[in-house]
Amino acid sequence: MEKVLKIDYQKCTGCRLCELVCSVSHHGVSNPTRSRIKVVKWESEGLYVPVTCQQCEDAPCISVCPVKATSRNEDTGYVMIDYEACIGCRSCVTVCPFGARNYNTVDKAILKCDLCGGDPQCARFCEVKAVDYIDADSLSTNKKKEAAKRLSLAQKVATAIIQEEG
Amino acid sequence: MALNRKIAYINLTTGKIEIKPIPLEVRKRFLGGRGLDAYLLYNHTPKNANPLGPKNVLMVSGGILTATCASATARTHVMAKSPLTNLLGSCNMGGFFAPELAWAGFHHLVIKGKAKKPVYLWIHNGEIEIRDAAHIWGKTTTETQWAIREELDDDDIKSLVIGQAGENLVRYANVMTGIKNSGGRTGMGAVMGSKNLKAIAARGTMDIKLAHPMEALEYNKRFIDQITSAKVNQTQGTLGTPFIWGATNSWGGVRTRNFQYNQCEYADDIEPERIDEICTETMGEHHMTGCFACQVHCRAKYKIPTGPYAGRYDEGPEYTSQGAFGGEPDCKSAETVLTGNHLVNQWGVDNLEIGSLISWAMELYELGILTSKETDGLDLRFGNDEALLEMVRRICFRDGWLGDVLADGGIPASKKIGKNSFDYLIQVKGMSNLHSDERATPGLALNIATASRGSDHLRSRPAIDLYHLPVEILRKIYSNPVPYEGPLSSEHTEYIGKAWQVFWQENCYMAVDCLGICKYHTTFLGATLPNFEDWPKVLYLNTGLEMTPLEIWEVAERCNNIERLFNLREGLSREDLEKGDMLNHRYFDEPCLRGAPDVIGAKIDRKKFKKMIDEFYEHHGWDKNGVPTAETLKRLGLDQEPSHMV
Repeated sequence: MEKVLKIDYQKCTGCRLCELVCSVSHHGVSNPTRSRIKVVKWESEGLYVPVTCQQCEDAPCISVCPVKATSRNEDTGYVMIDYEACIGCRSCVTVCPFGARNYNTVDKAILKCDLCGGDPQCARFCEVKAVDYIDADSLSTNKKKEAAKRLSLAQKVATAIIQEEG
Repeated sequence: MALNRKIAYINLTTGKIEIKPIPLEVRKRFLGGRGLDAYLLYNHTPKNANPLGPKNVLMVSGGILTATCASATARTHVMAKSPLTNLLGSCNMGGFFAPELAWAGFHHLVIKGKAKKPVYLWIHNGEIEIRDAAHIWGKTTTETQWAIREELDDDDIKSLVIGQAGENLVRYANVMTGIKNSGGRTGMGAVMGSKNLKAIAARGTMDIKLAHPMEALEYNKRFIDQITSAKVNQTQGTLGTPFIWGATNSWGGVRTRNFQYNQCEYADDIEPERIDEICTETMGEHHMTGCFACQVHCRAKYKIPTGPYAGRYDEGPEYTSQGAFGGEPDCKSAETVLTGNHLVNQWGVDNLEIGSLISWAMELYELGILTSKETDGLDLRFGNDEALLEMVRRICFRDGWLGDVLADGGIPASKKIGKNSFDYLIQVKGMSNLHSDERATPGLALNIATASRGSDHLRSRPAIDLYHLPVEILRKIYSNPVPYEGPLSSEHTEYIGKAWQVFWQENCYMAVDCLGICKYHTTFLGATLPNFEDWPKVLYLNTGLEMTPLEIWEVAERCNNIERLFNLREGLSREDLEKGDMLNHRYFDEPCLRGAPDVIGAKIDRKKFKKMIDEFYEHHGWDKNGVPTAETLKRLGLDQEPSHMV
């Protein structure tokens, strides 16, 4: 079953553990510059939004790559980089609508989420589930439930009013 | 490697900057953070230096584990001689500064001298620059941080700053980072102000190589699971520290009306549930935030709901603000607590100290020792919310006679106010106590009396003493890594065995402060949290340094003894009410009037207290005057101090 990263920024506490574990698991070092996920912050408002690759269906980074270094893996469905082919032109960084393509200034190389081969560490470590790894078809389940709850509450209130008036 | 992070010596008078490695031998003896800072303080600050003069030396550091793949390694430590106590000055804060400093290549900064005009330090990937700060002088703590980011055009810069209180040399001004992370005791902000140092800005992209990265990652997962499964941390993660205020107040452990009562009655509006309600109303259901890489997320986000500052965003309030602006001055309004918290964060001053001193002044005002002449017409009675907040402003800006006098701290103020004002001042070593009342808890009383930076709960408090744990459990915790076969008691009202518990906690907290991790991740509020047994593996996997639990314990002992040596050198003596391990007479003479049945009537027994201190000194290997014996110093390798290894 297809799984996707789900980001619920309202739950994010801004701790950046996701950035730490991403750089440790990929490079064996602590360095957020090497992380594939970044928590963008508006500190004066208390707003934190984790940003990473969305594995777009119609991915601009695939179309823009002049040497076909970015492609979709047929088995997993993930958008992947072939580092042997990549020439480091940063075109993908320019076109990504999420800014999720990082140009890592330490190695002078492109960084992109590879979902850790199916066990994304950012989601594994995020206790509050601001970053979660879930079945694609359940992406909107919780939202549906929330909406349904609101509707049913409205229904209950309406019934109560009718009964009172009746 | 974490171990290749450097130490920088920065002379603000000459502008000279020297960068050196930290020798492995020094790491093994002091690890890093507070412990190594204490060693540097003892070695670099001359005896009897004026705390606000150029000879005082300011240390800024991260711990040895800072920014590694260990849990919650966010803590920044700042140390110098204190302008409040004239003894050891030390403060510790969460946030994101120390990790950024480590990615910029440094673990320790030693700042000497005094700049001719306002400056700030810019630390970036191994380089340090002293920059002009004329344009940010006079700004609040957050304005300063955002201005530096704008000037250097980088939103990821993390800065350690002072607000107006530090500039105005309020002797308990904070060093701050982020919205509310506060190095908030002993006036390290005033030391920065005295050096014309407005801020230290850091940004780094340098790798910290881990010794065994994949194993460190897996071990961290286990650690986090252990830490977040503790009930106390789950509660912290929902209500923040206000829950502690609520719990302590329920049995009568909270000072009210300075020291007149030990329980704040009819305080529904400042109870944790009410504070949480306001956070939810203003910031939504998910309103908790956390420090670097920490999964406890104990800090709430809020907007001030009503009043002249309505709509302003801030973080906290910690339980200290409930005490400082709620219980102590008997102002039981959430608006006042949240506003007070905001003002001290913006101007950069210690909420514990300022709240405690204002409620002391309120008691003096009601007794007629202070009159409206000294208060410049301010009606400084208990329960006057407006007068409380106005007094906060006057102190931070040294406005009016009383504002200026209180800005110098309790003991100097008591000398200017005169009469018997000193008798009402709840302090140890010149630093005010937090809002807690220790009369019913001798172990906690011993903690505040002997803490190295003055009356304080974060140096050696045996907080789990309040849980009435069975003796077998206590023995399991307190007999590691050094066996303890003496008596222990589950009763918090007892004196038996408390000296050992305080001694053990003192070493535990010192170890944590050297490692650079948060106290919520050790045996502080939760009995099931990691300590000496668990740290060697974290240390080894992340840094490659091999140490046994006993060796870490010895580092902690060594560092605690260095702090003691510094205090003794600067004039600490056991029974001295101003500079000793001694409590205000009210702890011994005035019984608790409120609270649980075993709390009402409680006060500290002078004789038993004295015996407890004797025992505490014995555990340390100190003589009857609290001076480390030659044998102790030799055992810890401190017989050649100052040894100038770094």
